[in-house]
Amino acid sequence: MTDFRYIGKRISRPDGPDKAAGKAHYIHDLKRPGMLFGKIKFSQHAFARIKHIDTSKAERLPGVKAVITAQNTPEIRIGFLRDNFALKKEKVRQYRDEVAAVAAIDPDIAEEAVEQIRVEYDIQPGLFSPDEALQKGAPLIHEKDSRGQARIDNIVPLKFHHESGDFDAGRRSAKYFVEGKYSTPLVQQSCMGTAGCIAEFDMNRNLTLWAKTQIPFLAQRDFNRALSDMGLQGKNTRIIVPTLGGGFGTGLDTHTYEYIAVLLAFRTGHAVKILYSREEEFAYLSPRQSSEIRILQGCDLNGKLVFRKVEVLQDNGAYTSWGATYPSVMMLPATSLYRVPNVFFNARLVYTNNTYCQAMRGYGNPELTWALESNLDELAEEAGIDPYELRRLNCNLPGETTPMGLKISTCALKESLESVAKRIEWKKKHKKGKSRGVGMASLVHVGGGARIYKSDASGIFLKLDDFGNVYVYHGGVEMGQGLHAVLTMAVAEALGVRPEKVFINPTDTSTCPWDVGTHASRGTFMAGNATLLAADKLRNKIFELAIDVYPREVKKSLEKYRKKNPDYQPPDIDFKKSARLENFDLKDGYLSIKDGPSEPWLRLELGRFLRAVHFCSKGQMLFAEAFYDPPNELPDFEKGYGNISATYVYGTQGVEVEVDIETGEVKILRLTAAHEVGKVINPEGLKGQIYGALAQGIGYTLYEELKTEKGQILNPNFKDYKIPTIQEMDFPIDLDFIEIPDEFGPFGAKGIAEPGLVPTAPAIANAIYDAVGVRIRDLPITPEKVLTELKKLGPSVK
Amino acid sequence: MKKEILFSLNGIEVSVFVKGHERLIDVLRNHLGLTGTKEGCGQGECGACTVIVDGRAVNSCLYPALEISGKNVLTIEGLQSPEHRLSVLQQAFVDCGAIQCGYCTPGMILSVKALLDSNSKPTEKEIREALQGNLCRCTGYVQIITAVKQASSQLQELP
Repeated sequence: MTDFRYIGKRISRPDGPDKAAGKAHYIHDLKRPGMLFGKIKFSQHAFARIKHIDTSKAERLPGVKAVITAQNTPEIRIGFLRDNFALKKEKVRQYRDEVAAVAAIDPDIAEEAVEQIRVEYDIQPGLFSPDEALQKGAPLIHEKDSRGQARIDNIVPLKFHHESGDFDAGRRSAKYFVEGKYSTPLVQQSCMGTAGCIAEFDMNRNLTLWAKTQIPFLAQRDFNRALSDMGLQGKNTRIIVPTLGGGFGTGLDTHTYEYIAVLLAFRTGHAVKILYSREEEFAYLSPRQSSEIRILQGCDLNGKLVFRKVEVLQDNGAYTSWGATYPSVMMLPATSLYRVPNVFFNARLVYTNNTYCQAMRGYGNPELTWALESNLDELAEEAGIDPYELRRLNCNLPGETTPMGLKISTCALKESLESVAKRIEWKKKHKKGKSRGVGMASLVHVGGGARIYKSDASGIFLKLDDFGNVYVYHGGVEMGQGLHAVLTMAVAEALGVRPEKVFINPTDTSTCPWDVGTHASRGTFMAGNATLLAADKLRNKIFELAIDVYPREVKKSLEKYRKKNPDYQPPDIDFKKSARLENFDLKDGYLSIKDGPSEPWLRLELGRFLRAVHFCSKGQMLFAEAFYDPPNELPDFEKGYGNISATYVYGTQGVEVEVDIETGEVKILRLTAAHEVGKVINPEGLKGQIYGALAQGIGYTLYEELKTEKGQILNPNFKDYKIPTIQEMDFPIDLDFIEIPDEFGPFGAKGIAEPGLVPTAPAIANAIYDAVGVRIRDLPITPEKVLTELKKLGPSVK
Repeated sequence: MKKEILFSLNGIEVSVFVKGHERLIDVLRNHLGLTGTKEGCGQGECGACTVIVDGRAVNSCLYPALEISGKNVLTIEGLQSPEHRLSVLQQAFVDCGAIQCGYCTPGMILSVKALLDSNSKPTEKEIREALQGNLCRCTGYVQIITAVKQASSQLQELP
């Protein structure tokens, strides 16, 4: 394996010190001169016609600078299907719909003003489940689509379908099969830093937006379109991304509150900040979708999987975000986790009057894998085969093309299964009962980008100054996951400078090249590959100039050296021969000749070289750009076919649990996670990604759930919506990173930000079944659910 | 309407005029511009706003500003040395990968600081108890525990 200087070494993240000192500036900390504070009036009715909005009292309040509604502002359509509006004019379709907004000189006045706004509604009975919304004669949540065409039902017009092989023949050849229905709840991403933005116009009527986004460039496109809607055709948006207090998918869409801030800023002529409180974050920001998944799969006498049928019903809520496209990722495990020749997949998305949803880490994969891997254990039981052996028997292998057309380059599913079985002591502990049990589950996910948009590219720009510093301009977003640490290491490694000479610029659409967004575990893969391309260009530029500059400069060094060491006899060097493009090396910020003598004067410091290149007649500054577009394809999601990612990651998690049969409580005794990563880039960062994902996976499995009643979120705070605390994470976690360098990965690496939470839930559910014989199919697995099922088993609990 | 309060902030006496309903976090962030103290929930549930008052870690979002008179307050800004060097504890967080998005970090560090000041060699159980009110969504807490243990042992070795 290549010997790396920085890659794989323990290097502290560049943003660590400022964050430890409280000096990192989040949206909460930013202020602009003359800035006003915006506040939104939410409908608090899930389905109603707006009869009248009275803003007169709010407008009269001292300190209020603007009160806006859909009546006095231009219509701005937003969302993946443009079925949502910044402010609602005639109808509200969800409890959290925005009907008015205020800008005031301080947040207290803004809040008081919002309370003074009176809205009269004609309230209608809402539809709060896909089943209700699908009933014949159900009222239409959207009577027309964004083009003005009449709609006939509440089905979201997005198709996700796949059929491969001969499904009926596969089914006939099955000796054993199991059908099951599994469900997952609404989950809040729970970023520690809540949502917020600042919008400000300059006197050329261009917009600057400080946004908590993961997609600065798609956001620029969205807001430029909004500017057009506002009559500002041809005007531009500059997106600046401050330090993010977490992302987890919340930044994959542009949000109503951002458009409202833009409208308020334009109306008032001041910068306007909108910041969500925790309660607003829970109640009025889009969570992870809930889903209902039916799976039927079967194997032959020997345990070979022969068919699989997956049907997804997704509660879309009232509007459609990018997150609605979860089934595009659900197809991956449905078609490509384990070898199964005959697959049927279909997803239906249904409008309801519940909150509309958005992306969260894993993007549909945790949902589908929950169903698939739970069902696989049930199939193993039916077939009388050890669940671990069943998985091993059906392992994906390197070099195969899956039914969805995924081209699997490297694949360590077998290795990860074996690693987990060994670490969790599967043979010794499985089927031993007595309230303790072990379970495992695997995953497949994208690891080399994910083309869900026309371009899956990532640009980078490297600039050198007179001191040998490198400035990095990259459009990806650091949201805590460690992108800037990876960029620092990749630039240091690929260019040949020390990491402390690498400076990562803030993400800003006016300075950074285009990047589709930081999602789909693509940051490391994209930034790494873009860096390799740009660094190669820059090294070539340096080496070309070095042919002339290097001999001149080192000869000066030699003179100085000789003055200090009069007896020194330098080795005889023929610079005409040795000072050639291919002979140069740059390492740790010093230029030298490869395999040349190790004389100190032959090491030319990069800064000195750059000054020599810059400060002369016809001087030059050095920089390089690259635009990396990975070798993957935009799938046809209606046919469910296409190699969406350049490479894929497999992995397995194993867990041992103890179930209290008196209370139904599940205690995790230990957890092991084996993930293929291609190559470890930043060891501490990588561990942090998996540990953090596991914690989110455990919350998802055991207690996280947004409870709703008639579309209203009932538990909008951390008291009633529990995320794991340090007490819940009190068990040993054993990580195994399987390194098989991937040909497409930078330094061999694959993306690994999301996989850590994908198989956690089914691994735990399978362990619970092993412990007490109870199979829970609805997340979260609360003690009440376990106890109810235990009671059904009667006194014969093993 | 406004009332003057006098207290010690990171070792320096300060005076601030506050309204009756204002909280300690408002004094720190809005009146004094010390934005290192983060507001995560405003309800005392997440610990992001933790500061140390007279040696005890408290949620500054629940602490009435008027009650701070005459007390000693330590915030994250008071931890590093004047030469812009991180304290041993802060450095341990950086070194051990205990920081991701960093929003919970100042509060987390101050909870640990209060613990280590009163108990220089805490057991893992004591660390967990001291940090159970500090939520982190990024790290899963594993490397935070490592950082606390490292800081504790490094502080023991100091003269």
